[in-house]
Amino acid sequence: MALLPVALTVTSCKREERNFNTPPPNVSEAQTNPSFKNPLEENAYSLSEGKRLFSQYNCNGCHAQGGGGMGPALMDEKWIYGARPEQVFATIVEGRPNGMPSFRGRVQETQVWQLSAYVRSLSGHVPKDAASSRDDHMQGKPPESRTKEQPIKNTSPP
Amino acid sequence: MRARQINWGFLTWVALVNTTVAATTQSSVDPAGPQAQHISQLWWVMLYLLTGVFILVMSLLSIGAFRRRSKAAETSGRNVIQTDSLRETKMARVVMGGVVVTTVILFALLVSSFIVGRTIYSTPKEPTVLTIDITGHQWWWDVRYENQVASQIVTTANEIHIPVGRQVVFKLNSADVIHSFWVPNLHGKTDLIPGHPAETWLKADRTGVYRGQCAEFCGHQHAHMAFEVVVESEEQFQAWYESQLKSAPAQLTSSQSRGLQLFLSKPCVMCHTIQGTDAGGKVGPDLTHLASRQTIAAGALQNNRTNLSRWILNSQDVKPGNHMPPIPLNSEELNFVLDYLESLK
Ligand code: HEC
Ligand SMILES: [Cu+2]
Repeated sequence: MALLPVALTVTSCKREERNFNTPPPNVSEAQTNPSFKNPLEENAYSLSEGKRLFSQYNCNGCHAQGGGGMGPALMDEKWIYGARPEQVFATIVEGRPNGMPSFRGRVQETQVWQLSAYVRSLSGHVPKDAASSRDDHMQGKPPESRTKEQPIKNTSPP
Repeated sequence: MRARQINWGFLTWVALVNTTVAATTQSSVDPAGPQAQHISQLWWVMLYLLTGVFILVMSLLSIGAFRRRSKAAETSGRNVIQTDSLRETKMARVVMGGVVVTTVILFALLVSSFIVGRTIYSTPKEPTVLTIDITGHQWWWDVRYENQVASQIVTTANEIHIPVGRQVVFKLNSADVIHSFWVPNLHGKTDLIPGHPAETWLKADRTGVYRGQCAEFCGHQHAHMAFEVVVESEEQFQAWYESQLKSAPAQLTSSQSRGLQLFLSKPCVMCHTIQGTDAGGKVGPDLTHLASRQTIAAGALQNNRTNLSRWILNSQDVKPGNHMPPIPLNSEELNFVLDYLESLK
């Protein structure tokens, strides 16, 4: 029981930290280690930065607020190019056929990890206490903090 | 300058406050326009009046504190408060008088500050010829000069030029949280509320460079969210406006064009606009005429090559938390990018 406050402090610290200058997770390690976890997914600041960049870099131009449009929906359970953090990272950096452009070199690496974290939060794959609980625009769906974790279904391109 | 008209002997601290404030280019008691003039007059009236009241109250208090009790009370050794109905009436009158004077002073101050507020925030009297849209961002200012002809719109950041003696209307909006637009030498504050455009106007009576500052706490770098208002003659303003309308130079030296290529292939292109190139990002300030500005990063640094390289390599060192990430460039690449940025006059 005495350990509970300590445990809470430790976990909530990770959630609250604002590191402006930490090096991003190592990409090659992320791609070779099968149990890799993106540390930014447990951090509220990184998730909200991802959310801000998602609209500032106009991802919502094709994916709307996760519901999809010209591009596929990101809030559902279907994943064409993989749901793991490093797979989402690779999709953003490399681009994918049928319209997803490559952002290699154009988006700074930490920001790609933040975007990857935010994309996964859209289908509930990040801790609820760190996920964003509000939108800056009109709220069209329950916030990420109340999104149930969707099962992952790998599908082939349409 | 008002600062010179003060009787320095009056109170040393008044003089001290005044000299420290008036020495900078950001001061409410060094007005450069009619609205700031009103504010500063009100400030001096309040300062002198209230200093007088303070001295009076303190003197009365010390008289009360240091006056001895009457001989009789002291020799009798008893702690009895002697009452004397004649003195009581006199004292009651003094207290009543004090209450009346206080009420009158407070009421007079209330009325005068109300009148000043009405005057400086009134709707503009002259027909509007120049309207500037200001959008506050965490933590910089987007500046756009309105014009019906799209090609005549000037976009810049953190530096506002206005002609002297002309009324200028400002439309204020915010892209994220609440900010406040404040140029102490020219006007009071007006808040920038997201989704709720506000309007204000100002007029400058004399040329000069006046510093403005965000006056509503808006996060990590609120203190580094400044801007400059450059008040210049009509001709100088027109010349500046003409030069700001131009696109970025197309004639580039080989190192400058390598710099442009780097700019377009690195993250810079996602966030910054340079007119006349493919860079059209809207996340950060417009850089088309970066080299013509005095400061970078909303007044955080002087605009020179050393500071630019410091900023680009690790802006988080200068303004921790600001929305431009550190961009890894090797020294050769950095030099090309700097060469290019310096051509953006
Ligand atoms: C993620 C978006 C982003 C990227 C990428 C980015 N910037 Fe910025 N930049 C900003 C923002 C936001 C500011 C304003 C920061 C502030 O003052 O708080 C800024 C400010 C600047 C300024 C100062 C401008 C001024 O007038 O104050 C310069 C110069 C600049 N950036 C150059 C660059 C260069 C060169 C690159 C590429 C190597 C780059 N930026 C990449 C967002 C970005
Ligand atoms: Cu502020």
